[in-house]
Amino acid sequence: MHSVVCIKQVPDSAQIRVHPVTNTIMRQGVPAIINPYDLFALEEALRLKDKFGGTVTVVTMGPPMAEAALRKCLSYGADDAILVSDRAFAGSDTLATSYALATTIQKIMGNMPVDLIFTGKQTIDGDTAQVGPGIAKRLDYQLLTYVSKIVDLDLEKKEITVERRAEGGVQLLKTATPCLITMLEGTNEMRFGDLDDLFRAARYDLKVWNREAAGIDDAEMIGLKGSPTVVSKVFAPRPRSQRAEMVETVDNDPKNLAVTLLAKVFTQHPKLEKEIAKRAG
Amino acid sequence: MAEKFDVIVVGAGMAGNAAAYTLAKGGLKVLQIERGETPGSKNVQGAILYSDAIEKIIPDFRDDAPLERHLIEQRVWVLDDSSYVGTHYRSEDFNKPPYNRYTIIRAHFDQWFNKKAREAGALTICETTVTELLLDGKKVVGVMTDRKGGEIYADAVILADGVNSRLATKAGFHPEIKPKDVALAVKEIHFLPQETIEARFNIGEEEGVVIEMAGTISDGMMGTAFLYTNKESITLGIGCMLSDFKKQKTTPYELLDKMKQHPSIAPLIEGGEMKEYAAHLIPEGGYNAVPQVYGDGWLIAGDAGMFVNGIHREGSNLAMTTGMLAAQTLVELKQAGKAFTAPNLAQYKAKLDDSFVMKDLKKYRRMPDIFHKNKQFFTTYPELISKAAQKLIRVDGVDKKTKEKEIKQSFVASRSVFGLIGDAFRFWRAME
Repeated sequence: MHSVVCIKQVPDSAQIRVHPVTNTIMRQGVPAIINPYDLFALEEALRLKDKFGGTVTVVTMGPPMAEAALRKCLSYGADDAILVSDRAFAGSDTLATSYALATTIQKIMGNMPVDLIFTGKQTIDGDTAQVGPGIAKRLDYQLLTYVSKIVDLDLEKKEITVERRAEGGVQLLKTATPCLITMLEGTNEMRFGDLDDLFRAARYDLKVWNREAAGIDDAEMIGLKGSPTVVSKVFAPRPRSQRAEMVETVDNDPKNLAVTLLAKVFTQHPKLEKEIAKRAG
Repeated sequence: MAEKFDVIVVGAGMAGNAAAYTLAKGGLKVLQIERGETPGSKNVQGAILYSDAIEKIIPDFRDDAPLERHLIEQRVWVLDDSSYVGTHYRSEDFNKPPYNRYTIIRAHFDQWFNKKAREAGALTICETTVTELLLDGKKVVGVMTDRKGGEIYADAVILADGVNSRLATKAGFHPEIKPKDVALAVKEIHFLPQETIEARFNIGEEEGVVIEMAGTISDGMMGTAFLYTNKESITLGIGCMLSDFKKQKTTPYELLDKMKQHPSIAPLIEGGEMKEYAAHLIPEGGYNAVPQVYGDGWLIAGDAGMFVNGIHREGSNLAMTTGMLAAQTLVELKQAGKAFTAPNLAQYKAKLDDSFVMKDLKKYRRMPDIFHKNKQFFTTYPELISKAAQKLIRVDGVDKKTKEKEIKQSFVASRSVFGLIGDAFRFWRAME
């Protein structure tokens, strides 16, 4: 039983600041975290390992600092971690990223066959939910998105049964392994790793693969060249003005209150009053 | 856990990192345990870094440590509700490297410091809380953590677990800290564009200003306030003794709000966006509150040992120095093949007594008690001084001799002649 979990290190969006003057997003100094959705994927893979034994390999594509995210995964109990890192990947969109990761996973399969690939349902910084499905397509794997529960896994028959959250209900799906699963949030809770895992994570000799090591021969497929999507601008929406006014009621009478409110609205929008009066004849 | 270490350091703040780094450099097998998500994630400080202390540990720290601004100007303000009387000292001498003081952001600095310790060979684990010390009789032999398989053994444990050191209290090494011995400080970080900060404080790129404040902003309690310039933000905060908060029922955030509205302070932070707030206890009991700091297999460093010089706003340098000295003691004993017994670890206390740490704390040993009992230094005097200054400066046809007389009378009326002499004596005793 071998699961590969794809994770991404993202800026903690809860702590992103907006420049008060230019209204641009300031990423400087914002702590990097593991994409929270990916943790549900990792925990699910770890639970299958608890049940069936085997190996959990965590993969991420990112800058050297993403090593911290991988070490954290190791401290939760993952067995191996691979950082795919190369300047050539800079500027990759979801098309190029899914190519890079799919190729990396193929390389991993060369050493040890893979039964399941896990990803989170999406990242909190891109919100596209495209990389997981992209990997499945490129590897020609069955794709199970928004999985809320793994009901059954039969390693002999190479079959998996899952519950999938769909619009209007829950689907019970069965498919052949190997396949790719994107896990829904809130489906499990990340464990508190034990001391041995923590020590192993702190000392682990992490694998860093550059483009060639990841088995990507065609540099045109990755980075800016391999990315048809261009982010032309990132900005924060202007906050709406938040002016609030307390309106007093007279004798606690809702009718009085309605009249007062209407009068206030009409003073601000004189046209509205005329319009309503006209329609009322 | 079967693995055993020479030393376990509890905490990855200034004292813990200094200790872990020094131990690792000295060739000892060291494990550092931090309860926060990353080193520095739980640490709160103003924060100013004094170069001297870190220089003694990592001489070339300026090469890659995350530093905000070096300080070229120090302002000391005594405030009443509408004014401040102050002194400003600014010198080009502070603009010549190597710089003496910097503003820092602890979350960044502590990660850097811890990385240095790890590069030196220390093993750091985070998100792990040490729940108690493992004892063999009276000797500390390791720690118990909140993780599965949580016992870890070592020949010595350095407690650098911060102000409210539950471990030492739990092990019975010293009693619980008293409200009169700790200050409760609150602070906020306001983001402003770099150019705005530099224009507002009349400083160039990388230059910084410190304002230390006291007076009626502490609402009659024993306390001080501060404002520091960072690269793209301003940190300001105020702290008063916990016992005073308790007695007076003032809330810390009310104090901070009032401080931000002070006419001398509001324009400095105007337009800023508050993005971070924090509160922290500061051990300010001084010399007389320093507990027993060593025993069989254990040493205490940093805030956990009350090593803070309240009057000079120094704490992190004392933390680093005590962490370093604790580690040096262990390294020397190990090299000499001696055990970490209480009599041998007494060398740590000797080192402390010989350093600026205990000398400074001893100098101000009477200070906490005198200020606790004489709140006029935080209430009456700031007002008197402000009024006196205004009287002298305002031109209104009254002759100067009369003005001086009136000023003298205002002081006598408030405090009486004996009161004034007594206060002068008390102030001198506090500072002696």
